Amino acid sequence: MTATPYVVLSAIIFTIGCVGVLTRRNAIVVFMCVELMLNASNLALVAFARQHGNLDGQIAAFFVMVVAAAEVVVGLAIIMTIFRTRRSASVDDASLLKY
Amino acid sequence: MTAFWILAPIMVLAALGILFVRKAVHAALLLAVVMMSLAVLYLVLEAPFLFAVQIIVYTGAILMLFLFVVMLVGVDASDSVIETIRGQRVLAILAGLVLGLVLVTALGQITLGSAVGLDDANKGGNIEALANILFSRYVFAFETTSALLITAAVGAMVLAHRERLGPKPTQADLAAQRVRDYADKGLHLGPLPPPGVFARHNAVDTPALLPDGTAAQESISRVLAARGTVRSAPALADDIEGVQRSLESLGDASARAEGPAVANTEEEK
Repeated sequence: MTATPYVVLSAIIFTIGCVGVLTRRNAIVVFMCVELMLNASNLALVAFARQHGNLDGQIAAFFVMVVAAAEVVVGLAIIMTIFRTRRSASVDDASLLKY
Repeated sequence: MTAFWILAPIMVLAALGILFVRKAVHAALLLAVVMMSLAVLYLVLEAPFLFAVQIIVYTGAILMLFLFVVMLVGVDASDSVIETIRGQRVLAILAGLVLGLVLVTALGQITLGSAVGLDDANKGGNIEALANILFSRYVFAFETTSALLITAAVGAMVLAHRERLGPKPTQADLAAQRVRDYADKGLHLGPLPPPGVFARHNAVDTPALLPDGTAAQESISRVLAARGTVRSAPALADDIEGVQRSLESLGDASARAEGPAVANTEEEK
């Protein structure tokens, strides 16, 4: 059993997450798409760990999960703060620096 | 491989769904589907520890955090369709297709050969083997992670904390403000009408009816009005007719027992 199908699936999900980050306007959904990309990379790491027969890939996936948890906490707090001041969770509304 | 071929289409469909659903809550639920399927794939890939962590940390903690924020923010959090940069959506989809094609074809070019498998590495148990590596070779990264988590927790507290700039208004202040509003703007002095007082329903999404039959707008929650889930007064009138019709169909005997007034109005219609 080779790891190729798993890595291809991971690539597809990563691409979907990428397109989601680029197209969606709601900051929370953009964040979910970032999570999707992190999950896709985790799948590739775990698949390669099995392919090569050592556990370093699983450790890397574990660290990715920890970093994702920290990132989500801070990111959602930022979204909450922006929502509190601007009454909007759209990524396009926070464009004050442009003008 | 059976689990993979069952779960892979589900995962891709759910991930695509995140791109297309309007509401953030639906996106969160579809993300939960992807994450749970991923957890099962981890089990197939001989990573039982990551299977548990994926369910507990990702689906249990992170996704619940998402749902909490959606609940706090999500009243009018539906996506706007207007593009701020012209053609951005089309270009983004094109770029995504190119990226996907490049990745998949590149992966099609290489052959990985048959997998070594983790039977050797997992000999003493997956968690024990992971712990051996984590606390020997990766111990520095592990310690750094603790600093990262503390920073994240403190950062979230700082961001979520709101400094009170003025004194908290007391009940007397609120009452004085209310009287001042009445004097200046003629606002209603008493409490707001609760929903559904003079209507047939007392549900929160039913506005109270004023004596002339119109709906009292102040009686419904601002949040429900923003969501557009408030029942309208004409719909309630239909409802009353429906109830009358069902009473009619219950049988003439019971209808007559109700009294002649009801029968008369029905005949007039």
